[in-house]
Amino acid sequence: MEGAHDMGGVKWSGPVQPEPNEPMFHAEWERRAFAITLAMGMPGGWNIDMSRFAREDRPPEDYLSKSYYQIWLAGLERLMLERGLIAPDEIEAGKPLHPVKPVAKTLTPGDVARVLHRGGPTEREAKAPARFATGDRVRAKMIHPPTHTRLPRYVRGHVGIVERVLGCHVFPDSNATGAGENPQWLYTVTFDGGELWGEASEPGLKVSVDAWEPYLEPA
Amino acid sequence: MTDHDHDHHHHDHDHSELSDTELRVRALETVLTEKGYVDPAALDLLIQTYETKVGPRNGARVVARAWADPAYRARLLKDGTPAISELGYAGRQGEHIVTLENTPALHNMVVCTLCSCYPWPVLGLPPVWYKSAPYRSKAVKDPRGVLRDFGFELPEGTNIRVWDSTAEIRYLVLPLRPSGTDGWSEERLAELVTRDSMIGTGLPKQPHEVA
Repeated sequence: MEGAHDMGGVKWSGPVQPEPNEPMFHAEWERRAFAITLAMGMPGGWNIDMSRFAREDRPPEDYLSKSYYQIWLAGLERLMLERGLIAPDEIEAGKPLHPVKPVAKTLTPGDVARVLHRGGPTEREAKAPARFATGDRVRAKMIHPPTHTRLPRYVRGHVGIVERVLGCHVFPDSNATGAGENPQWLYTVTFDGGELWGEASEPGLKVSVDAWEPYLEPA
Repeated sequence: MTDHDHDHHHHDHDHSELSDTELRVRALETVLTEKGYVDPAALDLLIQTYETKVGPRNGARVVARAWADPAYRARLLKDGTPAISELGYAGRQGEHIVTLENTPALHNMVVCTLCSCYPWPVLGLPPVWYKSAPYRSKAVKDPRGVLRDFGFELPEGTNIRVWDSTAEIRYLVLPLRPSGTDGWSEERLAELVTRDSMIGTGLPKQPHEVA
């Protein structure tokens, strides 16, 4: 989808402002919001691509006015509301008001280390040979799906070189909509700065994205 | 008085904004706990894990070993995930890690323009600037400008290569080993490795800075 989250190359940026000795969290609620979001993945049953879409699919003014963990919180609320795990009046009241919807599993303290260590690998067995090989010239397709995609706007329509073949991975565009993992070949595609930004590009700049095969066509 | 009133008002405003979010998170945690969806002890453990066990010291040990051990360096550059796992670092947001080697001619920088993808097992959770609009927008177009924001310039002859983490591959920069560190132990070398040097927005410390 076209959203404020897709920030590569936009002009309204200003300087990057590192914070010396930055703490991991800036408020107690950030700690809790972070942990609740991680923990709810298990009973909630959504996947990472659904989570990302729930965060990014909002009006630009809303996305840009929220802090990072406020976006996480809004995304989490949306995922839970969609699945009937929680209702708006319960958030307002701060207590359960409706029957509990049964869930398959919740995260216990004994699960934490194992679940974090395992993570969520996305590589899958390939069902078909890769269409592209290292060194191939490819063009990022000019696509504008209304749903989740991981092809950033700034590379669409531009020609790059396949630098690495990364294996077959879960395809976010399918996974985010509940249409299944639909694994696709994934490539690191490298673009010259001049191809992306024109003559004003800094000399020698190269930029790569990791792009699934359906995002690419031969060039 | 005017200045004082203004300050006071501003403070109240910030405070109430913070409180709204804080109250909402508390309400959510209460509802989810009472419904049996989350266990507060598991939440505590998640927070404790990322505040005390997972952070850039992990990545620094990986880099230091690569500097000290050529065979490890070769394994790390060939396939990052198993090499990093040798030191015990693996899992969530680091399932597939690729290591990027800086050279005198090439400086690597890592960004996620679409959200905040970052190699958690080796660097911990990302800092605010990494998730911010300025970094996410500027890194792919004006990386030298980003480096100036961080207070340094690369030599003219060093090209910049930016890696946008758009999939589940996570990137770790292997910075150049500072000169004057011959014979140093891995422990001493690790003290030179900064978080930002492993993202590509900084350089390792020099030996005199940790003497």
